[in-house]
Amino acid sequence: MCYLFLIANIPFSDFFSLSSVPQFTNSPTLIVMVGLPARGKTYISKKLTRYLNWIGVPTKVFNLGQYRREAVQAYKTFEFFLPDNEEAMKIRKACAITALKDIHHYFTQEQGQVAVFDATNTTRDRRADILCFAKESGYKVFFVESICDDPDIIEANIMEVKLSSPDYQDCDKEEALVDFLKRIECYKMSYVPLDDEMDRNLSYIKIFNVGFRYLVNRVQDHIQSRIVYYLMNIHVTPRSIYLCRHGESELNLLGRIGGDSGLSPRGNKFACTLAGFIQSQCIRNLKVWTSHMKRTIQTAEALGVAYEQWKALNEIDAGVCEELTYEEIQEHYPEEFALRDQDKYRYRYPKGESYEDLVHRLEPVIMELERQENVLVVCHQAVMRCLLAYFLDKSAEELPYLKCPLHTVLKLTPVAYGCKVESVFLNVEAVNTHRDRPVNVDVSRDPQDALLTVPEHI
Amino acid sequence: MASSPRELTQNPLKKIWVPCKNGLPDRHISQRRVCMTNCPTLIVTVGLPARGKTYISKKLTRYLNWIGVPTKEFNVGQYRRKCVKTYKSFEFFRPDNEEGLKIRRQCALAALGDVQRYLRDEGGQVAVFDATNTTRERRGTIMSFAQQNGYKVFFVESVCEDPDVIAENIVQVKLSSPDYIHCDTDKAVEDFMKRIKCYENSYEPLDEILDGGLSFIKIMDVGRRYLVNRVQDHIQSRIVYYLMNIHITPRSIYLCRHGESDLNVKGRIGGDSGLSVRGKEFAECLGKFIRDQSINELKVWTSQMKRTIQTAEALSVPYEQWKALNEIDAGVCEEMTYEEIQENYPLEFALRDQDKYRYRYPKGESYEDLVQRLEPVIMELERQENVLVICHQAVMRCLLAYFLDKPAEELPYLKCPLHTVLKLTPVAYGCKIEYISLNVEAVDTHRAKPENVDISRLAEEALLTVPAHQ
Repeated sequence: MCYLFLIANIPFSDFFSLSSVPQFTNSPTLIVMVGLPARGKTYISKKLTRYLNWIGVPTKVFNLGQYRREAVQAYKTFEFFLPDNEEAMKIRKACAITALKDIHHYFTQEQGQVAVFDATNTTRDRRADILCFAKESGYKVFFVESICDDPDIIEANIMEVKLSSPDYQDCDKEEALVDFLKRIECYKMSYVPLDDEMDRNLSYIKIFNVGFRYLVNRVQDHIQSRIVYYLMNIHVTPRSIYLCRHGESELNLLGRIGGDSGLSPRGNKFACTLAGFIQSQCIRNLKVWTSHMKRTIQTAEALGVAYEQWKALNEIDAGVCEELTYEEIQEHYPEEFALRDQDKYRYRYPKGESYEDLVHRLEPVIMELERQENVLVVCHQAVMRCLLAYFLDKSAEELPYLKCPLHTVLKLTPVAYGCKVESVFLNVEAVNTHRDRPVNVDVSRDPQDALLTVPEHI
Repeated sequence: MASSPRELTQNPLKKIWVPCKNGLPDRHISQRRVCMTNCPTLIVTVGLPARGKTYISKKLTRYLNWIGVPTKEFNVGQYRRKCVKTYKSFEFFRPDNEEGLKIRRQCALAALGDVQRYLRDEGGQVAVFDATNTTRERRGTIMSFAQQNGYKVFFVESVCEDPDVIAENIVQVKLSSPDYIHCDTDKAVEDFMKRIKCYENSYEPLDEILDGGLSFIKIMDVGRRYLVNRVQDHIQSRIVYYLMNIHITPRSIYLCRHGESDLNVKGRIGGDSGLSVRGKEFAECLGKFIRDQSINELKVWTSQMKRTIQTAEALSVPYEQWKALNEIDAGVCEEMTYEEIQENYPLEFALRDQDKYRYRYPKGESYEDLVQRLEPVIMELERQENVLVICHQAVMRCLLAYFLDKPAEELPYLKCPLHTVLKLTPVAYGCKIEYISLNVEAVDTHRAKPENVDISRLAEEALLTVPAHQ
């Protein structure tokens, strides 16, 4: 029995149902990063934005450094950041104003709900300006401050993301490191961290040394509570996440969706090959997770290691279409079939689920994946698409069409601001279960048009 | 190349696939449990008297048990009361009262002994050690104890200097304590304030630097601020999240089911039917009831099923639909009467009666699954203030069990009749409950556990407790 419960996991779409008014927040939220350079602000901004978008909250990052790079075509040296460089100060302030304008536009014209203002914001003045701006428009403000005094971490940061920045592309590594450290010094003098007393009325989280300690002040609402929970669960320890589907199943062979069948002979062979592959990878402390469905469990059984079953990893429930072929769905439910092609992400099978529902139920899996280190997740096509979309920041439109073929392991390794993906096909043949979106998605289409992209099966 | 995979068999009650040998389940259990830790966890409260430690202990214990983590609280004050039959005055707590100190230390050790028994012999996973634990020395003793036994320790400190909050605490829970049962209010308050003073001088709050290696959460000013240090694992992360979402602002939670539905009338379970005529009448009455209650900023939540939405519509206020509030999925038994279930699935019907909490309908859900899916609803209910939840029988039982601390055995049999609103108001350490029947007739949908739950029982025995229907 999978006991990992959903954690306040409310899809924001639930709040936007047709017959009710969204109630949890009418105001957009402005997340304001605070911290010296190389403290992980951009890393946190991007990761948080990816997470919020995945759970259905339209979010966007506004990175001040990028605005500055657009304004000042070529970066010369750290001297740009000297506190007495009046020319530069003017430019930097203008950039901040432009960014805030863009944020305003994002909220008012682009249906954005959360904006992440990724900049140092190290002075009280700058933060006061932002608070003013937010107050005028009725935006809620939540600060995320990253404090780090461990020189090893800072240097690792610089190596990982700064040296490859556009600022240093023509520089040699040693020079770049020296220049960047001087850049940090420029900020240090005027850095005023969020203060227990003076900033006691602000809403914020202070993250110390990449997560050893957190100080959380005045969480105002649900979204801030979720953000805090997420930030408290992520870590930067190197690790890899392996995603794969169960081995080919009996129903896969017959071109039938859903159900709870066992593995085909080729599926069994894959399971054994997977065991060999996993062993060869020599993964430290690997956790193995499966769903509650027979085919993933049979696959895990072949690995000869302990595994955990999660009900949340079960394949999408196709409701009345469970165990049908696409041909049968077209025959019995042609309208449903067309509606699904029109909006595969939001479409819910009668008495079943949608991809949107799946994301909702997978959120605790993602949260626990963030907490864990090396994990192998043996799951299903739709489930794997959802998880992959989270790691690779794919939109809702792309998600249901991500390619997750049988007998292929995806190895995801966090690197810099994103994720490296290695795809390993384990050389055991299997049917193709990927159905592309057909050209004609009209309810009035002919059956052949609907069935054009159905992969072959028995 | 590994040997061929083990055969799998599906557990008939929970419908979980487990490896088997000769058709019988093998001992290897691969089901995920929340704690996923071989070590039990010892939660240690820290704080001056009247800082909400017992409130937090009891609430946290209730939550953890509800989500399936066996948890128990050990309140040292109770041990002291057992030891020293009658409480005389604050002088017992004076730091120079050697006799008092000896007794208090003994009580703490007795409590720790019980903690050990609970975690080792009684299947406990989390123990909450509820005491002031205000000195580093006392905390050191506890940590040694934990280390010897292989427990993880997590401190929960409550710091509060707001005199109004402290006064309110004292009024709400201290005056009615056995210690002050024969005291008049003013005398009790005076004595208790002096009691607090006894602790103040030796109080060493958890310190970022000195205690930097410990795992803890410091709750400041009833939740305005939190300091969280070194969360070690999943369960601690969940505990932190829960503690950060609860509040003590007075409010009420209203629970009710949708109005009587067409399928209710026919004695059929599940489905997605609309309201019957009486159901619609109930919805109107509910609207009037809610208006009469004049509730401040009431939020209304429904499931995504027609019958709860129709009910909410009659209230003419905005409402939010939650898929998580949908009724339990009865799988292959959806829309059947109990008679039909007995006829088509007599084995399933019996298994359900044997363990109604864990039983999962084929291709459906169990109450246990329901609790899992309702956890975010509970979390959001904790964050909110006044809320009306219009839901379903099984769902309402799960929510009610959380608020009233009912165990898994009782949960599936809690009485949640149609057309009745339950008003829950947190008070002291628990919940006051008011049943309000809105005086609109409806069928009874409550099926009590029959006497004979054997799979070999006769049909009539199985159907003995089925309520009347069309």
